[in-house]
Amino acid sequence: MTTPHPLQERPGRRIRPRRDRSLLIMVAPAVVLLLVFNYAPLFGLFTAFQYYDPPVGVGNSEWAGFDQFRRLFADPLFWGALRNTLCLSLVQLVLFFPIPIALALLLNSVLSVRVRTFIQSVVYLPHFFSWVLVITIFQQMLGGAGALNQFLRSHDLQTWDITTDPGTFVLLVTSQVVWKEAGWGIVVFLAALSAIDPGLYEAAAVDGAGPFRRMWHITLPGLRGVIVLMLVLRLGGALSVGFEQFLIQRDAVGHETAEVLDTYAFYYGIGTADYSLGAAAGLFKSVISLLLIWGANRLAHSFGEDGLYRR
Amino acid sequence: MTKVFTIGTRTSAPTTPRARRPPWQERPTVAGRSAKGLSLGGVLAVMLVPLWIVVVTSLSTPGAVNRAGGLVIWPDGLTLQAYREILTDPTVRTALMVSLGITVAGTALSMVVSVLCAYGLSRPGSPGHRLVLALLVVTMFVSGGLIPTFLVVTGLGGYGRWWALVLPSAVSVFNILVLRAFYTRTSAELVDAARMDGAGDWRILWSVVLPASRAVTAVIALFYAVGYWNSFFTVMLYLPTDSEKWPLQYVLLTYVNRGAGMPGSVNAGFGMAYARTAPLSTQMAVVVLTLVPLLVVYPFVQRHFRTGVLTGAVKG
Repeated sequence: MTTPHPLQERPGRRIRPRRDRSLLIMVAPAVVLLLVFNYAPLFGLFTAFQYYDPPVGVGNSEWAGFDQFRRLFADPLFWGALRNTLCLSLVQLVLFFPIPIALALLLNSVLSVRVRTFIQSVVYLPHFFSWVLVITIFQQMLGGAGALNQFLRSHDLQTWDITTDPGTFVLLVTSQVVWKEAGWGIVVFLAALSAIDPGLYEAAAVDGAGPFRRMWHITLPGLRGVIVLMLVLRLGGALSVGFEQFLIQRDAVGHETAEVLDTYAFYYGIGTADYSLGAAAGLFKSVISLLLIWGANRLAHSFGEDGLYRR
Repeated sequence: MTKVFTIGTRTSAPTTPRARRPPWQERPTVAGRSAKGLSLGGVLAVMLVPLWIVVVTSLSTPGAVNRAGGLVIWPDGLTLQAYREILTDPTVRTALMVSLGITVAGTALSMVVSVLCAYGLSRPGSPGHRLVLALLVVTMFVSGGLIPTFLVVTGLGGYGRWWALVLPSAVSVFNILVLRAFYTRTSAELVDAARMDGAGDWRILWSVVLPASRAVTAVIALFYAVGYWNSFFTVMLYLPTDSEKWPLQYVLLTYVNRGAGMPGSVNAGFGMAYARTAPLSTQMAVVVLTLVPLLVVYPFVQRHFRTGVLTGAVKG
């Protein structure tokens, strides 16, 4: 928090009611929007404990207790979606997470500012592409009619439509995430790198530490806080693995491999108008995610790091 | 409380251009330099080659596409025919207008609401300040989820309406917190001077705080605009059957993504102009069309990423 400037009003002393009113008016639109579109839906969570009937409404639908959850946990498709989600999260943690760190270290070692800025602006760009666009580009490169198979065909080799192959789907979506987000992911690490005192490197070099020892003893400890924070966030999002990405590709590879918790909630909640079941799936996901964030934070604290919030 | 990464101006010493190797650093070996060059070159190639192929194919004549057997890598007979076609196609033209409309209106609304809220929360000791802040932060961790939000929006009559694509996502708490972090850091001397001169909060926001935080305003506006421009799922949720109301991303999905190559998906019924699947160059032109507005705006805003993207963690 910033310390109040002496000329500015101190908290707890209400001396300018007129000005306070204009501040309240400024905050009001955002608060109204949040109340309607973020807080009102919280009441919709009651549908997870009801036999929700749209014409009757949330207020009057019959209560179901935990019936919807029993139905949910009895559904093998739900367990399939959960397994796919966790599997994808794990693969992304292993294959995606280190890449921005490595890229940031690599970029940080480039001396020319112009080259560095150019590379940065190129690798940031796909972050701003829509999933439709990214998947279309992947389809054009790796799909049945794409550049790769065009090349294979022209050399009389066996063609391979990667975009519809369930066996390699995990790797396909992970490489899509890498292509889209790895560049943007370096932002945080570059900031942390720029906060490291260059004097430390100089002192270490004078003491005879080579490049690898400098990286091990100065750079990595400097990044530790940010890496832990990113891990906490990643763990908290373990049950969210890119909703739109799967929504678009689910039909091409089949729901056995591409169904994740979010698409499950969507297809069975809205697609088949079984709102209560969908809401139950959503609530399950939110509760577990909160627990994961809390647990990951506890873990971060026990390693002496701040994590997402402090103790 | 929470930690928020902020975007803004970096002024600290470590970011000053380091064009020369510091004297204590070893001279890089040839192997090390070439490994670095190769890996960075590889990264750039992976990013840029697909975009290059898409652009070149969209500019190619049907003959060139035939000769290449599909996607065109080396320019060989260029034409703007595909662009002429899609810009006269009623479906694509309408979708472009819808997308631009949603993006412009949505971004304007989001920015007004967010800037006001961020400023309202940035003056220390403003009434209800802690309560509102808590109200905001809670939404980052707790949400009703997909179905309850859908029920609220449809309950308010949003089904089949464009506002359903805008209002539910108009406020990003993250963006507000970033803006607020900047406004609290705006020079207190300037604000006090303006206040002494009799300026009220609206005036201070408009003539002191906003001009002092142009970079972050531009970056946040880009975030919002990109969100609206790329919105696709909300279309699927609220406008799945009104094909004349679809924005560009959804047309891209049905025309190009579903139209080409994905077995088992429906292609008939969409896009009156193209019977089965549109010619490849036309499809690629639609892809490029969804990119153009971003590529037009990006260089201007990206400048502000460079003057400093992140200042690090701020405790709020």
